[in-house]
Amino acid sequence: MSTTTLEKTEAGPAPAAQPPRRTRRGERGPLGAALLHGGLALASLIALAPVAWLIFLSLGPEKDDYLHPGKILGKLSFSNYSFVLEHTGFFDWFKSTMIVAGGTTLIGVFVAATTGYAVSRMRFPGYKQLMWVLLLTQAFPIAILIVPMYEIFSQLDLIDTYWALIVINCTTAVPYSAWLLKGYFDTIPFEIDEAGRVDGLSPFGTFFRLILPLARPGLAVAAFYNFITAVGEVAFATTFMLDDSKYTFAVGLQTFVSEHDAQWNYMAATAVLIAIPVSVFFYLVQKNLVTGLTAGGTKG
Amino acid sequence: MTVAIDRATGKRRGDRAPRPGLGQRIKNGYQKYWYAYAMIAPVVVVLAVIVGYPLLRGVYLTLTDANSLNSARTIGVNHIPATYKFIGFGNYKDILFGPLSYDRFWSHFLWTVVWTAACVALHYTIGLCLALMLNEKLRGRTFYRVLLVLPWAVPTFVTVFSWRIMLADSGVINQILHALHMPQPQWLEDTFCQRFAAIMVNTWCGVPFMMLSLLGGLQSIDSSLYEAAEMDGASAWQRFRHVTLPGLRSVSSTVVLLGIIWTFNQFAIIFLLFGPTSAPDAQILVTWAYFLGFGQQPRDFAQSAAYGVLLLSIITVFTSFYFRWLKRNDQLAV
Repeated sequence: MSTTTLEKTEAGPAPAAQPPRRTRRGERGPLGAALLHGGLALASLIALAPVAWLIFLSLGPEKDDYLHPGKILGKLSFSNYSFVLEHTGFFDWFKSTMIVAGGTTLIGVFVAATTGYAVSRMRFPGYKQLMWVLLLTQAFPIAILIVPMYEIFSQLDLIDTYWALIVINCTTAVPYSAWLLKGYFDTIPFEIDEAGRVDGLSPFGTFFRLILPLARPGLAVAAFYNFITAVGEVAFATTFMLDDSKYTFAVGLQTFVSEHDAQWNYMAATAVLIAIPVSVFFYLVQKNLVTGLTAGGTKG
Repeated sequence: MTVAIDRATGKRRGDRAPRPGLGQRIKNGYQKYWYAYAMIAPVVVVLAVIVGYPLLRGVYLTLTDANSLNSARTIGVNHIPATYKFIGFGNYKDILFGPLSYDRFWSHFLWTVVWTAACVALHYTIGLCLALMLNEKLRGRTFYRVLLVLPWAVPTFVTVFSWRIMLADSGVINQILHALHMPQPQWLEDTFCQRFAAIMVNTWCGVPFMMLSLLGGLQSIDSSLYEAAEMDGASAWQRFRHVTLPGLRSVSSTVVLLGIIWTFNQFAIIFLLFGPTSAPDAQILVTWAYFLGFGQQPRDFAQSAAYGVLLLSIITVFTSFYFRWLKRNDQLAV
């Protein structure tokens, strides 16, 4: 697990960088170090550039400023931000996004946690089929569900409601969260369940009173995954939300760019306002997200 | 008495109790598993209602000629009932073999295959290179890591718009190319450039996930293996080939599969990069199916759903072959 004693290979990025002379463990020639820093700096720059550019453009007050970026430096202002906050549906979109994402998170995590626990502790008949279904559901192309769902939801008068989006987002978020939580529950010792049972708790009592509190970090990651899935969902939100006060951010952002008019400056400012909180949250949990993902995947 | 835990699960395979006989197991089955079923019931119900039923409904729609003109709809106070009818496998026949089937299906299919292969290959290669670099003992490693994860941290629908500004006709990328006296392609208009741009943007978005997963894999390789290899006089390349790559095998097979599935179904990037109506030739099957169902008038629900069924069949067949191949390889390797 620890990286500190790892003998490093130069092979991947630049095999040629390994100096021919014999180096002691963990040592690297100055050329190798320069190449490493150069490669990483270049990659970081590419990763950063589009985001930095967006932030920069959001400070230019005119809508065609993106064509003359040099001029923005002379007239930096926050006027786009105040316009977006005061004269667009930003807070409506914020509200819808929060309702949809919050609903998805609450329902999704609860449902995924019970399933994750069951598949972590038990090998019941039908176990394999369930895991297979959970895996396959993640692979569902939106194209196969969007048409029948549109039809069903319009018959139920659910088009243009938050419920429709919450329910749909659960289909994508729950299967993965269940895998993730299964991986987490697997790390909690079985002795704890046994102790709870010996002390007279019911199976559900064991789950709610002992396991759920212990699994808080895992639940937090699952909650975040649900949240981010719901915030980033584009296709269904674009199709199912008709009233512009119910747009989520993913739809609202598109309204700045129509075929006839593109208000890139306002769009950039809105994008920055959305991106900052989401990214901050992301950094808090990203490490666990990856671990859960690959752990859940390899055990299938 | 019910048994709380099936000790055969998880990591503790070594010290499980001997299994009872078959008859005993069947007898205890329901008694033993009832709460497991109760706990998976919510997921089963949710999936059955919001995936299973629409799926069946969608498969039925593909066998009809439903579109937005003959479906049930409400205009003002008048409710018009559905009038579409059953036409059997007509839609599939039309999509796969009908006139213009090349332009409407096969060209998109080929492009989807190229798109998936190119994107996943780029994700994996670049991700592996960056993971190897980040795995070095190096000053500022955390700083690089934070920056490199950025494309994943910012929501896709935000970054795609940023790329759209940068790739616009007189956007910053073409201005830089102009300053360097290089040709300035019309990224968002010309078909080849559209495809190139789409792959580029998707690569940018997808590398961080691969990088982090592979970095996790690299860090879990036992360092004594490298020491032993070095003692035996293995060169850097040999250590990479015979220690690093085999050590990454299980992580790789998972992330490559996930990458293929996600890229194959990637909707947001192409849909947002080119807008809902332009760029018919750069649409992969998912976005093309969406266009048929919602981007045009009249909306062709039946054909769109038929594309969806075809997509799901492709991905299911691919995944089961992938697993079979994985299993066989593992058996051979040990």
